[in-house]
Amino acid sequence: MQKITLKLFRYNPETDTKPHYDTFELEAEPTDRVLDLMEKVKGYHDGSLSFRRSCAHGVCGSCAMRINGQNMLACKTLVQDLKTSRITVEPILGLSVLKDMIVDMDPFFDSYKKVMPFFVNDEPKPAQERHQSIEDRERFDDTTKCILCGACTTSCPSFWSNDEYIGPAAIVNAHRFIFDSRDKGAAERLQILNDQFGVYRCRTIFNCTVACPREIQITQAIGEVKKAIATGSLD
Amino acid sequence: MKKHQFEVVVVGAGGAGLMAGLYASQSASTAVISKLYPARSHTGAAQGGIGAALGNLEEDHPAWHTYDTVKGSDYLGDQDAIEFMCEEAPSIVYELEHMGLPFNRTKEGKIAQRPFGGHTNNETGKPVMRACYAADRTGHMILQTLYQQSIKNNVTFYDEFQVMDLIMTEEGVAGVVALEIATGELHVFHAKSVIFATGGWGRVWEITSNAFAYTGDGVAITLRRGIPAQDMEFFQFHPTGIYKMGILITEGVRGEGGILLNGKGERFMEKEGNAPSVKELASRDVVSRAMYLELKEGNGVNGENYLYLDVTPETVNKYAALDGRTNPDGSPFSVTGEEILGKLPDIIDFCETYLGVNPVTQPMPVQPTAHYAMGGIPTDKFGQVIVDKKRKPLPGLFAVGENACVSVHGANRLGTNSLLDLVVFGKHSGMKAAEYAKEADYIPLPDNPTEFVEQQLETLRNAEGEERISDIGTEMKEVMFEHVGVFRVEDGMAQAVEKIRELKARFKNIKLDDQGKKFNMDLLNAWELSNLLDIAEVTAVSALKRKESRGAHARDDYQERNDKKWMKHTLAWLEDGEVKLDYKDVIFTKFEPKKRVY
Repeated sequence: MQKITLKLFRYNPETDTKPHYDTFELEAEPTDRVLDLMEKVKGYHDGSLSFRRSCAHGVCGSCAMRINGQNMLACKTLVQDLKTSRITVEPILGLSVLKDMIVDMDPFFDSYKKVMPFFVNDEPKPAQERHQSIEDRERFDDTTKCILCGACTTSCPSFWSNDEYIGPAAIVNAHRFIFDSRDKGAAERLQILNDQFGVYRCRTIFNCTVACPREIQITQAIGEVKKAIATGSLD
Repeated sequence: MKKHQFEVVVVGAGGAGLMAGLYASQSASTAVISKLYPARSHTGAAQGGIGAALGNLEEDHPAWHTYDTVKGSDYLGDQDAIEFMCEEAPSIVYELEHMGLPFNRTKEGKIAQRPFGGHTNNETGKPVMRACYAADRTGHMILQTLYQQSIKNNVTFYDEFQVMDLIMTEEGVAGVVALEIATGELHVFHAKSVIFATGGWGRVWEITSNAFAYTGDGVAITLRRGIPAQDMEFFQFHPTGIYKMGILITEGVRGEGGILLNGKGERFMEKEGNAPSVKELASRDVVSRAMYLELKEGNGVNGENYLYLDVTPETVNKYAALDGRTNPDGSPFSVTGEEILGKLPDIIDFCETYLGVNPVTQPMPVQPTAHYAMGGIPTDKFGQVIVDKKRKPLPGLFAVGENACVSVHGANRLGTNSLLDLVVFGKHSGMKAAEYAKEADYIPLPDNPTEFVEQQLETLRNAEGEERISDIGTEMKEVMFEHVGVFRVEDGMAQAVEKIRELKARFKNIKLDDQGKKFNMDLLNAWELSNLLDIAEVTAVSALKRKESRGAHARDDYQERNDKKWMKHTLAWLEDGEVKLDYKDVIFTKFEPKKRVY
């Protein structure tokens, strides 16, 4: 057990005119998740602390937060990973704060929906599966891992400066289909992303790649989309 | 209060709810209401695969899948529904592929398949490759694909709306009441058909693989409206949860050759009485029980309450050679570290993140973890809810996925059959609900449709006691894990029933910290806990009364299955705070009960 000083961003739209921070002193195991600490606060100190969470093991994407200044999933960050006893948790940046750690995710999902994030192929369906080689399947494997947590987009300075930028998460989800050999919608998606608020807002800062809890090589994926637009080829 | 009108309302946006929504919306106005954003649903946590006898790598047949599922259910599954699901499986997996689902591929470019517990070649009894997979994130891919298709097809969603009540009048089902989490406002959804797809309730137990959201809302809501819950005593404990945390380690690890070892380094699954034939690939109830007994005998690792799951190439290859395991082409089976990494990337990530263990070079510490509800709202094979032992339908009400009990899983579910259940019955309930809505009229709403919800919320908000919901929740989880877990005895279960009743009484004496309207998660968590308490009580009482061992319900004091007395489904009602039980016949078609040996 170690002593942890947990500093939490607080904002209650019904009672507060501006945000403030609350600090809690807790006992924690080095292997406790930051989410466990927040549950402890909510359960035993202040039940009004509000945050989203569900799976608690890094697959549902509910609990992206700014932890000691970096975007992470609270359920996938252990106390020992932070290498300090002072932990500050704040909501992710660039989206309106609704209450404590809860931000308005609607703009994020709206951007996602703009890139046609669904499989397109109107050719007659075979009686069984469409075939795809192991190599062709591997081509887009990395971007299938996205859990839409928003950690990447809300770590991006281009997004902070202009929230009309479609953002890395949407591009990742476009990439997942653009490079799927079975899909026929690539040209249309590339056109959508070939826009002043599309891929060219990316300045290759790599914050997204660092923030991704699924370790998706996001900057590389964006680069591949840029190249496809520039060359008109998916090779 | 806001009012909406849709012909079909789907509650829940996991695999079952999304599939139902996709199909219902083809012909009826449809809304999908979910307390989470759809992509957050727990289907996304499913790992190993979806079962279908495609025969892509070796001979397989839907009839074999059917038999394995009947046997896996310990003969409590309804055989007509099981046959229907297994026959539908190949076409529905092809349909998912046509929706773009990125399955792993065989060398020929077909959908890749792997072995899973309880799935066998019915002629040789050996494991068969039936689980269609996308690495170890098959559920994630299913959830994403169905959500993507919902966007493509303009399905209407109400995200972060907590459904709290089913509106029933004397004439029948009239819709649902939901609380908009962002505002605290109540919404009435007037509907002709309502489909519950709210998932499971593993949060009743201390060690669980389940999400925080898994609080059994659909079952609790329908129980309060006089609809029974079926076979609640059958809750699956998955053999391999990460020690203490409960996070799931897919059975696919054992499919890829992983071995369970006790503290002495023994492969205990091959012991007589466990599963000498298929060993680690026996069905989950059998493996969890064997693990429990090893731990009870003091055979845990380092004297602790865990065992090892070992998928290091040295161990896999050693035991594959001993077993004489071969590849489909007849060559000896062997794996490299790189292949393990390629097939189980998320498992490796979880173990590195939470344990600091690399499964390619080190064994994983595991213990059984509460995982899956076989029981739930009783339905027929089209998702139509049936409310008594004579299978009387309740028109306009449907249930699908983990909160439903068709029953295809009986007393124990086989791995890969939950994802299959979601999509097969999601599809058919969606179609049936729309079909019903096309013929039926809207039943008029009662004068005050939100009355019951307002009453519940006021009680929670106004409680002025000193109990914390976190204490009550913790005590419930502990007593249920200890006494209504992998092994059960009369005394323990009776204690659990008593304890849950005490906790329900104490629950009246809570006090919430948050008195606001917007995102009042304190209030919602309290309401979810009231659901879990109701479900825990129904589960414990149903379990206490079943005096036999069958599937996941294993009793030390009644160790044998008793077909003469107990080959029947439990139906439980919650009436004025009392659990009432009745029993319903199991549907048999082809398979006579036999002793279950793996």
